[in-house]
Amino acid sequence: MNTATSNLDRRELVASLLAAVPEALVVTGLGNPTYDVHATAPDRAGVFHLWGAMGGAVPLALGLALAQPERQVVVITGDGEMLMGIGSLGTVAASRPSNLSIVVLDNGHFGETGMQQSHTSLGANLGEIAAGFGIGVVLRINGLDDVDDLAKHIQSQSGPVFAHAVIATGEQPRAMPGRDGAAAKNSFRAHLGLAPL
Amino acid sequence: MPATETPIWQQELWGALRASGVQQVAYVPDAGHSHAIREAIADPHITDVVLTTEEEGVAVVAGAWLGGQRAALLMQSSGVGNCVNMFSLLDSCRFPFLALVTMRGEYAEFNPWQGPMGRATEDALKLMGINVLRADTPDDVAETVSAAADAAFLAGERVAVLIGQRLIGRKIWKKDSK
Repeated sequence: MNTATSNLDRRELVASLLAAVPEALVVTGLGNPTYDVHATAPDRAGVFHLWGAMGGAVPLALGLALAQPERQVVVITGDGEMLMGIGSLGTVAASRPSNLSIVVLDNGHFGETGMQQSHTSLGANLGEIAAGFGIGVVLRINGLDDVDDLAKHIQSQSGPVFAHAVIATGEQPRAMPGRDGAAAKNSFRAHLGLAPL
Repeated sequence: MPATETPIWQQELWGALRASGVQQVAYVPDAGHSHAIREAIADPHITDVVLTTEEEGVAVVAGAWLGGQRAALLMQSSGVGNCVNMFSLLDSCRFPFLALVTMRGEYAEFNPWQGPMGRATEDALKLMGINVLRADTPDDVAETVSAAADAAFLAGERVAVLIGQRLIGRKIWKKDSK
């Protein structure tokens, strides 16, 4: 449960995490996590930003992680996007991809739509849900000091990992990556040495 | 679990899917897919992904393509309704997509709750920009699956194959059930 007492800045956390896992492929959930990753690493290759398909960040990253078992794959998404695809945590737990890590930036609110309270402000605990689905490594991120441990788990590929980051509710300026999905797909594939088709 | 033999068309469906080069098979089970699911689980060269809802599978197969693998989604017609907004991902990014959909609610259906989605399945797919092929006889199945796989993986299209309920046949009940 997120009672919104955290003062952990989402952008500082994302910047610190991305810097700590330079080799990782990254999938971002729509809304603020997409802006956070673009704001802090605008030129990073191997990042796939979702602008829609709410609930799809984790299962998309699962398909990617299974296809690229040697690569670290990190999902960065928000509590609302995670909640809409919550069953995908069960699918990840059943598939057991050791190279997949899921980082949820939980501010307890639907930030993109007017900061309405989400279920994590109203009783749900995402870390306990992930553990309940059977994800073996569940970490709580309370501050930047916890990034080192998370990065070690990502790099050792001993997952799947679920990292529950309780962040401050403050809004940040939007930083928008390209919205052309086909171009994003092709440039991501090019980063892996794959042709568009 | 009835000890019935696997119909030839189910075996041929799996043969065509396997030959298409898929390396991930995501599914919500259906009796009509039971052979393919068993084979996917048993095949060391294929990763099977059991889903909690079909929309996850749309994202899984897109992610597989992003990472350089071909994948297919197996589901029943009711699952198509669960996927609708997630289909946006396919069109927005022009992901290749192959789905095999066993039909309910269209032939000798005993359960009226299967009717509404069964009647809407083909239109729902088309509304979301997915090409629809149908296989209604045993001889059609392998060829149609193979053609759909070519369209998906060679031309980059979004294709669903509807497998007619007549192929799956009447649901057989035990003597003592009502």
